[in-house]
Amino acid sequence: MTPTPVPGPNTMTPVGPAEDPQAPEAGRGGPGREVVSLQRVAAGIGGRPVWSEVNLTVRAGEFVAVLGPNGVGKSTLLKALLGLVPISAGRVTVLGSAPGRRNAEIGYLPQRRAFDPGVRVRGADVVRLGWDGNRWGIPLPGLLAPRRARAARDRVREVIDLVGAESYATRPIGQCSGGEQQRLLIAQALVSRPQLLLLDEPLDSLDVTNQAAVSALIQSVCRSQHVAVILVAHDINPILSYLDEVIYLAHGGAVMGPPAQVITADTLTMLYGTPIEVLRDRQGRLVVVGQPDRPPEHPR
Amino acid sequence: MDLSWNLIADVREILSFHFMVNAIRAGTIVAVVAGAIGYLMVLRRQSFAGHTLAVIGFPGAAGATWLGLGAGLGYFGFCIAGALVIAALPASGGTGTAFGGYGEESAGIGTVQALALACGFLFVSLYKGFLSGLNGLLFGTITGVSDAQVLVLLLAGAGCLVALAALGRPLLFASIDPAVAAARGVPVRALGAGFLVLLGIAAAGTSQVTGSLLVFALLVTPAAIALRLTARPAAGLALSIGVALAVTWIGEGIAFFSPYPIGFWVTTLAFAAYLLATAYRTTTDRLGPRRRRPAHPGALAESPS
Repeated sequence: MTPTPVPGPNTMTPVGPAEDPQAPEAGRGGPGREVVSLQRVAAGIGGRPVWSEVNLTVRAGEFVAVLGPNGVGKSTLLKALLGLVPISAGRVTVLGSAPGRRNAEIGYLPQRRAFDPGVRVRGADVVRLGWDGNRWGIPLPGLLAPRRARAARDRVREVIDLVGAESYATRPIGQCSGGEQQRLLIAQALVSRPQLLLLDEPLDSLDVTNQAAVSALIQSVCRSQHVAVILVAHDINPILSYLDEVIYLAHGGAVMGPPAQVITADTLTMLYGTPIEVLRDRQGRLVVVGQPDRPPEHPR
Repeated sequence: MDLSWNLIADVREILSFHFMVNAIRAGTIVAVVAGAIGYLMVLRRQSFAGHTLAVIGFPGAAGATWLGLGAGLGYFGFCIAGALVIAALPASGGTGTAFGGYGEESAGIGTVQALALACGFLFVSLYKGFLSGLNGLLFGTITGVSDAQVLVLLLAGAGCLVALAALGRPLLFASIDPAVAAARGVPVRALGAGFLVLLGIAAAGTSQVTGSLLVFALLVTPAAIALRLTARPAAGLALSIGVALAVTWIGEGIAFFSPYPIGFWVTTLAFAAYLLATAYRTTTDRLGPRRRRPAHPGALAESPS
């Protein structure tokens, strides 16, 4: 079911403005409903252009990774989809509307967050904030609105079960490990039944086993709940076998397509304008060599 | 006025004095407001801003007394203005990667605090013969609360609590998880400013009972105790209010029968409760179940087919 990363002969992939011929133009509606669509989009922060000519289509139930070196604007892409960063050119549609209009239906996990050990609020309460934390007022006590209180409680429990966080959801979140916090935050992003998940380096700062577990979790949510997932990563290997598409950002441009076609020596060499090798080990893991600004494994 | 072993008779004796009734009314209002606002203040790590707002009340009260206006007007006016100044300071932590509360711009806030103290001292020296009042402004007094002051405290406190309830969930969201809250459309920055104004009102009210320097006895200590005892926001809020009420009532009772000032008693009781809560937290953390690492994480999600 997942596109296996066949060690592709170095296929030429269109770079930059050209439309990706690999992405079939499916009709509206149907199972492959378009969730996100970017056409020749450019964005900048404080007048400085970050990237431009980005084309991307993500459909319901698809798992897409955003790759590229540090400082290339991967997080900016997610923020542009949320309407937090204005775009300077092109057209963006998120869930059929302009960015920022449908944020209640988007689950967002910002980059690099770790709760301070002193934060004494239960994980379940942090998850609950994703359910109704944006509504004014305080929740009515269960006696006054039993149905609403039960709906909230059941849904919070359901997502906590889904991410496997039952055993530590009642502990103060500051005392949970990095992997436990990450699972609770994914539960928070999922609790309001989003149609789109935007995850900014959710695997960063996790150890290898947790990386594998969280990747598998994200993929199973993506498939079973038909949620479109856009995930920013700087190491593709933990998620490689789950991905439908990757978008590789470089300074100025971008390439997108199935991983086997994008992550090749020729494509990346064209994208960066400097010789790049893509090596593959016996388990199918990819190593990109010669990439400029290779990010450190643990930037802090 | 001697303390007897008959507590009911003691309470009856306290309540037979009108100034004590007013002191207890004022203390009750202030404790409820300070307990509630203080809980969020500690959660948001804005204790320093809270302390500065309380200190800002001192020049306000001194200046208002010097000009012949009521001290209460000075407290509230200066504290609210101070809250707006602090809210306008550029945030250091901001909504970015900081997590579990706001980084506060401590250098800027500290500068404001120093200026406030200096102005307060200036106003005190401009107003000759104020020196006995100075102690009251800084450390609180039990005798000075008038009926009109109780009414002002009641109105301010009720307004504060209504506003806090209205901001409720989004404020908690923005305090714990600002980046996600902002993405979900919560006006994080405006909520921060609004909360500082509420904090200013709470600090101004509390100053009138405990004095400017001992505001923390009611604003920070009950909240810190509550956070040590529970990690549930609703329970923590209730506990914080409960502790603030208890230390205020008991402190006022002791102050009535002793020659020493009320601020000292309230603060000391709060501190004792804080020590107990810390000891409880430390022992339960030590004796409690060891932190479990997630069992083999592969069992988490079914492996992809």
